[in-house]
Amino acid sequence: MTAIANTLVVITISVGVLFSVVTMIGILRLPDVYTRAHAASKSTTFGVLSILLGVFLHYWLNEGFFSVQLLLGIVFLFITSPIGGHLMGRAAYISGVEKSELTIGDELEEVVAEAKRRAER
Amino acid sequence: MMTFIWVSLILILLSMLGLMYRVYKGPSIPDRLIALDAIGILIISATALLAIIFDTKFFIEVILLIAIMAFIGTVSFSKFIEKGEIIERDRNR
Repeated sequence: MTAIANTLVVITISVGVLFSVVTMIGILRLPDVYTRAHAASKSTTFGVLSILLGVFLHYWLNEGFFSVQLLLGIVFLFITSPIGGHLMGRAAYISGVEKSELTIGDELEEVVAEAKRRAER
Repeated sequence: MMTFIWVSLILILLSMLGLMYRVYKGPSIPDRLIALDAIGILIISATALLAIIFDTKFFIEVILLIAIMAFIGTVSFSKFIEKGEIIERDRNR
């Protein structure tokens, strides 16, 4: 029983650590603020969810303590972390951070310009 | 088992160090904001691993608090970057 529990904990925590390290590499190496936001919001969310699931399994299976707060933390992070990523990308676009030269096409540009013109009127 | 948890904690701290490089050097303000948000989420992971290392249940309550504080900080910072103010005065616009 303990061996199965330890295997589950090791698998989930190592997946989470792998995704955290991949986040760091993505934020350091990608060329653009939008691609960096893409790397940051998805993979940190999955990494921290996996690590919290591993800690929850450790406390539940090895020590017999069903932690509701960890489950609440998992649900809260799963809801709020993509919202934070969306807000940061939107703030970067509206404040006018330039894209990398690899970008092909921008369909949001006319809409944002039209909205700014309507706000000034 | 404990060795595995220690190695995971050290890897997470090293990736926080790599994100600090982006906070230091990031060309624009939203770059630094994104890196700081990722650091806040990695702090949550480090706290969860420290709860296993110290073998205590009381660190778990810290996780939810850090998550809420990091979300509020991210929202207010991005609203400040977008509009120039966080709490607007006139509501009839």
